[in-house]
Amino acid sequence: MLAYLLRRVAGFVPLLLGITLISFLVIHMAPGSPVELMTDMNPEAGPEIRQRLEERYGLDQPYHVQYWMWLKRIATGDFGRSLSSDARPVIDKIKEALPVTLLLNVLSLFLVISLAIPIGIYSATHPYTPADRATTVFVFLGFAMPTFWLALLCMLLFGVVLGWLPISGLKSLDYETLSWSGKLADRAAHLLMPVTISAITSLAGLSRYMRSSMLEVVRQDYITTARAKGLSERAVIYGHAARNALLPVITILGLSIPGLIGGSVIFETIFAIPGMGRLFYTSVLMRDYPTVMGILVIGAVLTLLGNLLADVMYTVADPRLRKR
Amino acid sequence: MNGLLSVENLQTEFHTEEGRAVAVDGVSFTIAEGSSTALVGESGCGKSVTAMSIMRLIQSPPGYIRGGRVMFDGRDLLSLGEAEMRAVRGNDIAMIFQEPMTSLNPVLTIGYQIAEALRVHRSLGKREAWEAAVRMLELVEIPDPAERVATYPHQLSGGMRQRVMIAMALSCDPRLLIADEPTTALDVTIQAQILELMEALREKTGMALLLITHDLGVVAEHCEQVLVMYAGRVVEQGAVADVFAAPAHPYTRGLLRSLPRLGGSGKRLATIPGMVPPLDRLPSGCRFRDRCESAEAACAASDPQLQECGSGRTMACPLWCELGSLAATESRP
Repeated sequence: MLAYLLRRVAGFVPLLLGITLISFLVIHMAPGSPVELMTDMNPEAGPEIRQRLEERYGLDQPYHVQYWMWLKRIATGDFGRSLSSDARPVIDKIKEALPVTLLLNVLSLFLVISLAIPIGIYSATHPYTPADRATTVFVFLGFAMPTFWLALLCMLLFGVVLGWLPISGLKSLDYETLSWSGKLADRAAHLLMPVTISAITSLAGLSRYMRSSMLEVVRQDYITTARAKGLSERAVIYGHAARNALLPVITILGLSIPGLIGGSVIFETIFAIPGMGRLFYTSVLMRDYPTVMGILVIGAVLTLLGNLLADVMYTVADPRLRKR
Repeated sequence: MNGLLSVENLQTEFHTEEGRAVAVDGVSFTIAEGSSTALVGESGCGKSVTAMSIMRLIQSPPGYIRGGRVMFDGRDLLSLGEAEMRAVRGNDIAMIFQEPMTSLNPVLTIGYQIAEALRVHRSLGKREAWEAAVRMLELVEIPDPAERVATYPHQLSGGMRQRVMIAMALSCDPRLLIADEPTTALDVTIQAQILELMEALREKTGMALLLITHDLGVVAEHCEQVLVMYAGRVVEQGAVADVFAAPAHPYTRGLLRSLPRLGGSGKRLATIPGMVPPLDRLPSGCRFRDRCESAEAACAASDPQLQECGSGRTMACPLWCELGSLAATESRP
């Protein structure tokens, strides 16, 4: 197992190089440069200043030299400084935004799993009943509804009309003065709406997937064997069928891990959440090359690790994949 | 005859988009304590549905048991509640299936799967049940049972898996074992081993056996009573020796004639012409008449019922009843 893991991780190196090279070229070849954005609106900035800025950021060099310089820095763990006006280290900006997005998305994923899997199992064990059809309609409504629209409606209802929940941000103004339990409650109140809404919109995929996987499994011979043994329906469904039906779902979960760090621009903008989606969006607009590259590198690494984790989970869950 | 299991006028039907299909239409038979009975017939004649109906494992919808009684040990299984029926399944009546490759759950160890029945029916603790599972593997002659008990199905061959199925079925000392074509999916040498094992275990435990098969050689070697099914009905029933010596129903004779024989003349193997008709397109009168070589005009008029026909034999063909019983008496030494 350890040898397998090491081999896989070693395989990541060329992959990462490829990913960073392509991202580097795409973002640098995009029209507009940070220097233009900084100087275009400034009447005092002449061609000299531009040239000095370009030299300072190394933008006057050819792409391959720039990439090589960036690679040498990144190899030492230095993500560089942001080109935006605050000029803070890129790593600090990511460190601020990543936990926010991660918290939101992990909570949302947990909610999705804990709802979608029971819904899928129920639908599959009661196929074509009114309850199955009702859940189908519900999950597809969630799927079809635009996130921003649902979010606005919920903010209006729970935030403005009923006044139960805060409508934006992650903490109240008086957050620092609260006790630790007050802080927790405040955080929970702020997270409740974004987490629930993002879960509702992604419920359909997983629950439908679980349903079809389960329908497939309950037709298998070993389910008949389990029933012939005299097991209760509960033991048959949860002990024998669900474990098999979950195997393909693991793949879906593995694929959703990169999404956990991505964050959604629209979503974070509506709820005024300072997450990765907004950081990436503003960085791209600013042509803030170091920040964009930093986010992409961390994203790529986490994606590859997510895939690896999914493969490992697979071998844990399915004995047929274990080496004898 | 008051037996261990007595199926009376069992009727099972399936509702499909094309309509109703009666897969088992008034089947009756009795299995005596400790006896072995074979249920034979072509594919699609209702053998497996009969077995699944006895276990009440017919998937519903689309299948429904519409009538009849399944008396087991004085109780009608069809009238039991679901929980009472669960206490019978795997405990009093156990079942093994055709496909050992797919009949075991791939993500659970074989030990867990054997122990499960013991934990449900015998309320054994985890460790006791596990130890009992090891003993069961030993009983079905699996080498290194203490190690094999922790393996997964994919690590075993087809024959070994069928042994595991047998171990699982026998773990709670059932009084009746229903084996639905247990050797069809295995290669010939393994088939013989599995059948011998089942025979030996039957003698050891005194359980009754209902063996579903289309291998008449297996029937001759391992069973006492034989039931021949055709298109959802039992068409002939009797002691294996009698039926094989003097098959009465034209269908049974056709089945026996289509067996290859040692020292045969080298001619083409005899077959029964045609195929089992679809259940929604059965001919009027006798269901076998389309394929029967001795069909007469009268066969289309009335649906022949099972009738006494010689000692302990019943058969559903009025034309051959007398001839059959005659031949039976003649063939006896």
